[in-house]
Amino acid sequence: MTATLTPPAPAVAATAPARRPFRLIRHSLALAARSLTKTRRTPEQLLDVTLQPVIFVVIFVYLLGGAVAGSQHAYLQFLLPAIMVQTAMFASTAIGVNLNSDIKKGVFDRFRSLPIARSAPLIGAVLGDVIRFVVAMVVLIGFGTALGFRFGNGPLLGLAACLLVLVFSFCLSWTSVLIGMLVREPGAVQGISFLIMFPLTFGTNMMVPTDTLPGWLQAWVKLNPVTDVMEAARGLMLGGPIAGPITSTLLWSLGLLAVFAPLAVRAYRRRT
Amino acid sequence: MTYAFQAEGLVKRYGKTIALDGVDLAARPGTVLGVLGPNGAGKTTAVRVLATLLRPDAGRAVVGGYDVVRDADQVRRRIGLTGQYASVDDDLTGTENLLLIGRLMDLRTADARVRAAELLARFDLTEAAGRPARTYSGGMRRRLDLAASLVGRPDVIYLDEPTTGLDPAKRDDVWNMVRALVADGTTVLLTTQYLEEADALADEITVMDHGRVIAHDTPADLKRIVGGQTIAARPADPARLGDTGQILAAVSGHQPESPSRGVLTVPVPDDTAFTEAVRRLAAAGITMTELSLRLPSLDEVFLTLTGHGADDRQEAGV
Ligand SMILES: Nc1ncnc2c1ncn2[C@@H]1O[C@H](COP(=O)(O)OP(=O)(O)OP(=O)(O)O)[C@@H](O)[C@H]1O
Ligand SMILES: [Mg+2]
Repeated sequence: MTATLTPPAPAVAATAPARRPFRLIRHSLALAARSLTKTRRTPEQLLDVTLQPVIFVVIFVYLLGGAVAGSQHAYLQFLLPAIMVQTAMFASTAIGVNLNSDIKKGVFDRFRSLPIARSAPLIGAVLGDVIRFVVAMVVLIGFGTALGFRFGNGPLLGLAACLLVLVFSFCLSWTSVLIGMLVREPGAVQGISFLIMFPLTFGTNMMVPTDTLPGWLQAWVKLNPVTDVMEAARGLMLGGPIAGPITSTLLWSLGLLAVFAPLAVRAYRRRT
Repeated sequence: MTYAFQAEGLVKRYGKTIALDGVDLAARPGTVLGVLGPNGAGKTTAVRVLATLLRPDAGRAVVGGYDVVRDADQVRRRIGLTGQYASVDDDLTGTENLLLIGRLMDLRTADARVRAAELLARFDLTEAAGRPARTYSGGMRRRLDLAASLVGRPDVIYLDEPTTGLDPAKRDDVWNMVRALVADGTTVLLTTQYLEEADALADEITVMDHGRVIAHDTPADLKRIVGGQTIAARPADPARLGDTGQILAAVSGHQPESPSRGVLTVPVPDDTAFTEAVRRLAAAGITMTELSLRLPSLDEVFLTLTGHGADDRQEAGV
């Protein structure tokens, strides 16, 4: 019996696996490519991120624009950067739902039985989801531009705003991944994610300046990191102070990633 | 003795359910171990432990000399798994499914392509290779799943009820594939609910029931214990039942039983008795609507081994 515990000399297989470095990165990218292929085959998955920004812009600009900012054009300028953040944040909740139902289907059993890092399928899924953010932003900016939105700070800083929101959403995705790993049913994942996203996105100066809010709400808005992300996006797209909000956004992003990515991977390992 | 894989005293509990209650399983390199058991016996749970998908609560398992918990990564390099429920990606084509696994197994892209094409051809999927797997029939998905577990040329392969839901022709294909794998030196663990399948493929059979091993033997010895083969005969004319019974008694040396109206069964030591029975029934001019030689069903195996059928036990909730 004890003899069987000594590893035998490695057999030289006919197709010896190429021992190359950066295995985690390579595996994650292969799995991200899988996600992209799946999205390409079922583009209806992107319906929510395509329609949501359009609907939000229409509702808020035409419903509130006149009353809040006096003019719809001025309000569109004020609102669009914030809607971009909100759309990206809602888009980041899909991954938890998708992973939750994917794991049930058995494809993940296959991944688990392969000699790859436990985190690779999760990183791959998160990376593959970047397409959702890109689509959401392109639709939003395209639609906004058609209605008269302009990058007051030039297109380059406008692009920087998009990138910043992308980085934040990417890091935020890991909270959704964690929820997807902890909760049993995909429907419940969706519900919990939305419950978290509503106070985070609407509890900001997204629709009206902070000083018009009641005191208790002002306190929350100032505490809420999403306010900083929206401020940073506004600053970059329209002009205004940016150093503070950008630093805060990046720190929060790093913090979310550092806390939730390892927790999500741990929850994935435990889930059987 | 060295084993390709060996599990000792595996225990796995789910709440109050004891899925595995001290299970030992082992197979020598290049052999097939058949794990036979009814629904809920713990077959899948045992496979999942051996495939590093599940940590046992107690006991240990070693594959190729590596512990499934401590050296999971080394184990994963050496195994292929075809789970009970197909684990192919529906949105990807057959080729894409296999290429992805090739990349994850660290094959070079060119090698992965060659391997994928080779396996698709071997499993008769070349024509469907470019179609998403969601358009495949159940049998095609099973075959793609099997192909997927062979991409990395595993030393040990686990097949969890690989023929459930396949038509007889495709079942034969899977049997032949298992034989080909073994001829190449692969060790196979195959779970099944059919003694016939275990008998056809396995070098040794472990019978499981309710999380325990209740028998472990070669197919020949197991059949000796559970009564070998049985002739079942149903004459077209019920009036000839008596004549049929006499002939069966004469060739087998046992008094036939009648499990249901108009049918007689009798255990026989080997298939020459069957040939003899066929000859004598024809000579006596008795037309048969059913005349078959079969292995005992799982239920009969359980009756002999445990004194109760496979289903009775579950209903009784023992
Ligand atoms: N994840 C789980 N949670 C709770 N109970 C489980 C779980 N997996 C298995 N079981 C229980 O463990 C026992 C053994 O299950 P297992 O799937 O290993 O049986 P099996 O022999 O593969 O059966 P089948 O032939 O139906 O596939 C069953 O009673 C089952 O209900
Ligand atoms: Mg099973």
